[in-house]
Amino acid sequence: MGVAKYIKDEKDAVKEVIYQSGIRVKPVYTPEDLDAVGFEYARDLGEPGEYPFTRSLHPKGYRSRAWTTRQYTGFGTPEETNQRFKYMISHGQTGLNVAFDLPTQMGFDSDSPSALGEVGRVGMAVDSLRDFEIAFKDIPLDKIGSGLTINAVASIMLAMYQALAEKRGYPKDRISATPQNDILKEMIGRGAWIFPVEDAVRLVGDSIEYSMQELPRCNPVSICGYHIRESGATPAQEIACAFEIAKAYIADVSGRGIEPDAFVGQFSFNFNVFGNLWEQIAKFRAARKLWAKMLREEYGVQDKKKLFLRGLFGGGGSGLTKAQPENNIMRSAFYALGAALSGAQTTALCSFDEAYTIPTPRAALLSLRTLEILMEEVGLRDTVDPLAGSYFIETLTCQMEEKILEEMKAIQATGGMVNAVSKGYIQRKVARQAYEYEKGLQEGEYVKVGFNKYVEEDGDQPDVDLHKYNEAWADAQVERLNSLRRERNDQAVKNALETLEKAAVQKKNVMPPLVECCRSYATVGEMAGVFRKVFGEWQEPQLF
Amino acid sequence: MVHKKIRILIAKPGLDGHDKGAKIVALALRDAGMEVIYTGLHQQIEQIINTAVQESVDIIGLSIMSGAHMPICKKLIKDMQAQRLDDVKVAVGGVIPFQDIAGLKAIGIAGVYPGGTPFEEIIEGIQNIVSEKT
Repeated sequence: MGVAKYIKDEKDAVKEVIYQSGIRVKPVYTPEDLDAVGFEYARDLGEPGEYPFTRSLHPKGYRSRAWTTRQYTGFGTPEETNQRFKYMISHGQTGLNVAFDLPTQMGFDSDSPSALGEVGRVGMAVDSLRDFEIAFKDIPLDKIGSGLTINAVASIMLAMYQALAEKRGYPKDRISATPQNDILKEMIGRGAWIFPVEDAVRLVGDSIEYSMQELPRCNPVSICGYHIRESGATPAQEIACAFEIAKAYIADVSGRGIEPDAFVGQFSFNFNVFGNLWEQIAKFRAARKLWAKMLREEYGVQDKKKLFLRGLFGGGGSGLTKAQPENNIMRSAFYALGAALSGAQTTALCSFDEAYTIPTPRAALLSLRTLEILMEEVGLRDTVDPLAGSYFIETLTCQMEEKILEEMKAIQATGGMVNAVSKGYIQRKVARQAYEYEKGLQEGEYVKVGFNKYVEEDGDQPDVDLHKYNEAWADAQVERLNSLRRERNDQAVKNALETLEKAAVQKKNVMPPLVECCRSYATVGEMAGVFRKVFGEWQEPQLF
Repeated sequence: MVHKKIRILIAKPGLDGHDKGAKIVALALRDAGMEVIYTGLHQQIEQIINTAVQESVDIIGLSIMSGAHMPICKKLIKDMQAQRLDDVKVAVGGVIPFQDIAGLKAIGIAGVYPGGTPFEEIIEGIQNIVSEKT
């Protein structure tokens, strides 16, 4: 996936190059191209670390600080996950990115009939604070930040993280968690949504408002162009969708009478890195600039640090192939190179075996090593924004900016992101594009090495070690849940859940009662159950 | 001879929400002239069977990316047998390791199409499965 279109003549010379975002690339770029797009150094670039941050968020880029590495990790029970966390940290990883199993993501306890066959499969199972205590055992919560890849019940996980920190004696203002918490993108791609759009967006707003007041080092939302790109969006659409989603969350919180200036500084983003190298680099540089501009001009945000487009640029799953999986090691390295050349602040890579199953320790470690080699061996820390001033890159960055703005206008024309998602406009558009792209790939319109060119006869059945799912994990998890239910103070749980229900009915901020529920060892299923009862569930629009 | 159009239910069972594969295969089968019904996400096995009966489909195409294809397929086949739905076939696609294909076929899955299978192969496979049953 993600390959540009190359039109060649009969001698294999490239006649035309068209990027996915729709930009045609010229064979040669000169200062005249910069003039043609109206490029001005002070306005379009500025100094690194200065508005509009096209070059970098920090004056010296990676010289002052290398990127944070956060491989997406989690499986089985909290014990297994804790071991893998420690394994990755002992090999130099500097942050965590927690994968939850589907029952947890969908707000079901491990003993729910809906959880059958899924407990601990694609991530770790979490039923209560007791599981967090095990998963984060010995992890210094004031030094290691945690991305919590969960959305529909992200508010519950953020509350649980706070309850965990309290128990471990960390002050609230010292812990750093980034729940993904981007429900609108779940409704476009990835699909782990539960509640109706309006209530779901309000839950996101609750955690933003609460973090602003109580958890200053937490980023209550990580807006994911990532999954929308995975679902078939072009790079320009990826950024445009993320920014329009951000505007929907800003609207919810500012509708409570809070100035955006008070909370947007805590927003973070998650963007994808697969595809044409130059297009990705231009995408990130343009995105940093546009975000800062939008916040300053539309929302009146002045404080420099609040204008930062912070986040994780990484992953690249859709660029990887099932055929010849070892090729994915090289592919990921180039994707990571693009992220590094774009000044990514945090990163992670999909592992080469992920088209088969979740990564083995060896595969996960290879991804981490790839990131470490880039920072420590080949010179990515030498100087900030090394591609700045390239006639090509600067022209392309300006063109990407235009493309992103066009895509944002297209979403606004449908009545904004909440409406576009409720009606299924975006979902239909990206599904159609994904289909057209896949067709082009199968018909050889785009080249994917090992998949449709340089194919090996037996390339279909590679010799990869697979991570094994252990059914005993589910039994162990259910057993722990049963003993929790016997041991906890039922009255405290009942009271906490009643307070939560009242807050949900009255549309008050649910975060304080959620923290109380977590402290009392209420389960994820019980807390999400309250929301299911009060809010109901989302009905997907008919797509075709 | 005029063939009746194949009716297929593309279904996303369970909790997994990764639906790009399901959607693009649905579009490809529709372009190939089949009548495609898509269930949407988070379907329970009972819901899928009910929809298959109501829509009188020839075949159900499950899309599973979470790794839970064995337990899900076993339950679906068992429940379909209990309801004597012998004339509805089942195919499955998604993140399916090659090692599991034989096991899936053994429990009665008529076609297995791991991610990356060309559309042509899926279309032909489904046409063959449906024509064999009549």
